[in-house]
Amino acid sequence: MIDVQGLTKEYGRLRAVDDLSFRVEPGQVLGFLGPNGAGKSTTMRIVAGFLPATAGRVLVCGHDIETDAVAAKRRIGYLPEGAPSYPEMTPRSFLEFIAEARGMPVERRRQRLDEVFAQLHLERVLDQSIDTLSKGYRRRVGLAQAILHDPEVLILDEPTDGLDPNQKHEVRELIGRMARDKIIVISTHVLEEVDAVCNRAIIIAHGKILADDTPRGLESRSRFHNAVSVKLANSEQLPAVRRAINALTEVASTELDEKNQRLTAFPAPGKLPLAAINALAEQERWPLAELHLESGRLDEVFRSITGGATA
Amino acid sequence: MNGVLAVMKRELRSYFATPIAYVFIVIFLMLAGVFTFYFGGFYEGGQADLTAFFYWHPWLYLFLVPALSMRLWAEERKSGSIELLMTLPIEVWQIVVGKFLAAWIFTGIALALTFPIWITVNYLGSPDNGVILAAYVGSFLMAGGFLAVGACISATTKNQVIAFILSVVACFLLLAAGVEFVQDVFAAWAPQWLVDGLSSLSFQTHFSYISKGVIDVRDIVYFGLLIGACLYANAIVLQMKKAD
Repeated sequence: MIDVQGLTKEYGRLRAVDDLSFRVEPGQVLGFLGPNGAGKSTTMRIVAGFLPATAGRVLVCGHDIETDAVAAKRRIGYLPEGAPSYPEMTPRSFLEFIAEARGMPVERRRQRLDEVFAQLHLERVLDQSIDTLSKGYRRRVGLAQAILHDPEVLILDEPTDGLDPNQKHEVRELIGRMARDKIIVISTHVLEEVDAVCNRAIIIAHGKILADDTPRGLESRSRFHNAVSVKLANSEQLPAVRRAINALTEVASTELDEKNQRLTAFPAPGKLPLAAINALAEQERWPLAELHLESGRLDEVFRSITGGATA
Repeated sequence: MNGVLAVMKRELRSYFATPIAYVFIVIFLMLAGVFTFYFGGFYEGGQADLTAFFYWHPWLYLFLVPALSMRLWAEERKSGSIELLMTLPIEVWQIVVGKFLAAWIFTGIALALTFPIWITVNYLGSPDNGVILAAYVGSFLMAGGFLAVGACISATTKNQVIAFILSVVACFLLLAAGVEFVQDVFAAWAPQWLVDGLSSLSFQTHFSYISKGVIDVRDIVYFGLLIGACLYANAIVLQMKKAD
């Protein structure tokens, strides 16, 4: 378990993290969201034991990260922002160094190295120096380093940054596979990632928690939640269709996206307009091209919660 | 202890994975040769000893050792790998000692590779090999002193050029305090205890005793204390200033 209590970090007069408290239990994949400069990386650096906090404390599996640092760090796998490593080393020698520094017994070291090489598809580049590797490979070497000792707690700062869509997918699968019995905290500004891998999301801005919910819960805060979008094969009928939909009691209002000729009907409070619109469409024989139930848009929730906040 | 070893092995390997090791060793050996034969007048002296060789070591180290120590921490800061290193389950002092030992062993290797000159002098005459051994030990200790000063300074910055220049200046002050010229300047007006105190702070003074074959516990304690104090300061600097 990670237990963060009243965490505060000040850089001179700037308060980067402001009295942050949260707990993460095993099995949770926590997505840390926030605009750039919100304090995501600073929080992760403190939890991982790199930076000392100005106030508050962090317990990792019961060990205080400041007073019992080595025991706490042993339980953490950490991917720093930008996945730094030693460019002159090869992935093999780099990971061997990490294994040795973590005091892994020789037998287990060999076995885990092979597993991790396979999991992250590093076999092809094992003996090439890291500075000749692509950004995607470097990121994967960083991930390999973090999961090498099979830690109880994984802290990953932007784990899929710089990966192509296939690699992103693989990394998310990997995180998903490890998620069952671990505590995973990832920071990201890619919102689809939260949907894809997280079962909990915390949105922070200016060092404060603004929302702490499941991705579903966050989506339901969107005004698009349960909205219905309609597209017609023939847009001449659109004004008539719009009037008909507006007349339904389940619909509060409609909006037309001029560019795509897509009509979105927002639900009246507590109503689900999909069935009514569907019935109406069949009855009136609208030339439907698309009829789509929106689950809510995270990016819109993110914008409205952080209020367009920037650093 | 595991942590010290792991860090030390990684560092040592890195020297040889980059051109640093080869450039350093080649330049070190060349300069050592030039100083000994050209400035030191090794042959002209007509003596079967290595005084001409060891005499220049402090000045050789003054520029070469900071070139080695400047990257110790500044590079880790610049590349961000310091974050990786400091979140491993190792104590800070272990990392500091591991890095220092790697650099020290490396200078030891460079120093050991000057052995042809020892063979030469034994071929030409019959020198006192005890004195030569003592001088080698002294030179190695002095290199450690230079390195520790440089490591501590490197920890304060992410800019290697700044680390280099500050280290050269700091080492120069430590060296120059024992040079006769500087001593004379002070002797003209300062009380004797200040002149002696200054002289006893200097690399030059302690090294010159050892290199004459006089292994005094005080000289060894001096280098030991200097290295210990610098590494301690190094660890404190890191604790205080991790991120930038």
